[in-house]
Amino acid sequence: MSWVSNETLAPQPAPPARQRRWTGTRIAGHLLMALWIVAGANLLYYLASNVLSDFFRDYWQKYLDGIVITLQLVGLSMVAGAALSLPVALARASRNPFISGIAYAYVYFFRGTPLLAQTFLIYYGAGTFRPFFSDIGLWWFFRDAWYCAVFAFTLNTAAYQAEILRGAVQNVDKGQWEAAAALGLRKGITFWKVVLPQAMIVALRPYGNELVLMIKGSAIVSLVTIFDLMGETRRAYSRTFDFQAYIWAAVLYLIVVEALRRLWDEIELRLTRHLRRN
Amino acid sequence: MNEALTLIAFGPDGWGDEIARGVLVTVSLALASLPFGLVLGFLIALAKNSGEPSLRSAANVYTTIFRGLPELLTLFLVYYGGQMLLNEIARVFVTGATVDVNSFIAGMVALSLVFSSYASEAFLSAFRGIRQGQYEGGYALGLSRSLTMRLVILPQLIRLALPALGNLWLILLKETALVSAIGLDDLLRWAGIAARVTKEPFLFFGGACLIYLALSMISSAGLSRIETWTRRGEAPR
Repeated sequence: MSWVSNETLAPQPAPPARQRRWTGTRIAGHLLMALWIVAGANLLYYLASNVLSDFFRDYWQKYLDGIVITLQLVGLSMVAGAALSLPVALARASRNPFISGIAYAYVYFFRGTPLLAQTFLIYYGAGTFRPFFSDIGLWWFFRDAWYCAVFAFTLNTAAYQAEILRGAVQNVDKGQWEAAAALGLRKGITFWKVVLPQAMIVALRPYGNELVLMIKGSAIVSLVTIFDLMGETRRAYSRTFDFQAYIWAAVLYLIVVEALRRLWDEIELRLTRHLRRN
Repeated sequence: MNEALTLIAFGPDGWGDEIARGVLVTVSLALASLPFGLVLGFLIALAKNSGEPSLRSAANVYTTIFRGLPELLTLFLVYYGGQMLLNEIARVFVTGATVDVNSFIAGMVALSLVFSSYASEAFLSAFRGIRQGQYEGGYALGLSRSLTMRLVILPQLIRLALPALGNLWLILLKETALVSAIGLDDLLRWAGIAARVTKEPFLFFGGACLIYLALSMISSAGLSRIETWTRRGEAPR
């Protein structure tokens, strides 16, 4: 005969938290973190103490103008590049070896050479063909550093975006094409209404990375006389030799890039909410 | 056509030897930054992979900074900031002393910092691809933590991280072009000088682009050979 107790166990306190020992890793981690915090506090103090300085009074407006130029450049070339990437990606997938070869060469060239060299090639190199451009009435375009920069950035990002697009479209299951064909949809409609929306979900993350890379890459246009954020910084530094010019630029770039990254994460979360299970 | 050939020829009339010297600087800068970037990136990946939260966040702050700053700005910060810092330090010992920062060293430091922050992500995702059992197997054999890391984990880690690191190498090679902005005589700077002197910008900048393209083609070929070499132990598929 078994003996069953009617008493329940009295509530027990939670087991004591395990003592975390001060291992070498933990000490190193705390030291490094302390170093960052001290450096960050120092930076904040430095920036705050300079808000009333002559430098800040003279140049804060210029910095804001610079950010606007940077964002305009990146926005314009991202949109134009997206438009251009579609035919490039289609040509890349073409069965005609000539067409796909040209598209492949285009993508390979713009992904294999530095953006700075491409910008120089277009801005300075266009001078070689000045008579030709004058004849066809395009010299005003290639004479201007701003148009050249937008053009170079557009061609560059179009090559990267074409690869993103191609990868994303290939990632869509073949059954989607077959199902659409079974429903009697034409290829074009299938692409726009069935495949592309699904591909875009996959492409969101790479597009976000490309956007951040473009913002960072856009700093080089300061070398072709455009006063974007970096250009304004260089101008301010060359006039004052005050190193805070670069500190402000670093802070502003970090803010812009981090804000965009966070924003993009939010957008991605929102657009993929139908795919989450919970 | 003949004129163009004269311009790119080697010798006193042509720019071939200057350009070749520039290529050498570009390649050696990339090669010199690589080991520092790899080691630093590996250490940061170790920190990010550790169980200690404070170490993880310290490493994350590092990558956030160097992945968020434009490479050109990092370069200027290192070049001008390093110069100022070294001058301050030198003045403590000798009054009125000035130190000049070598643009090659500045480029190397800046490129290594950027490379390491990206490489740490590559190593980290490789770490995630290695199962816990590999560590446990190593400990069960009586290997110390560092021996397990060196003999068991690292060989697999390199194999897993290699494709991403290869991409980073190609990016590094292209980023060296930025040092022309701080006056280092690399390929792009020589191309720019030649373009200004000869008034043939398209020829020289186009040529520079083609040389960069050739460098990345050679690198890709080399990288794919290394990749097959690391996979020689795997069963052929």
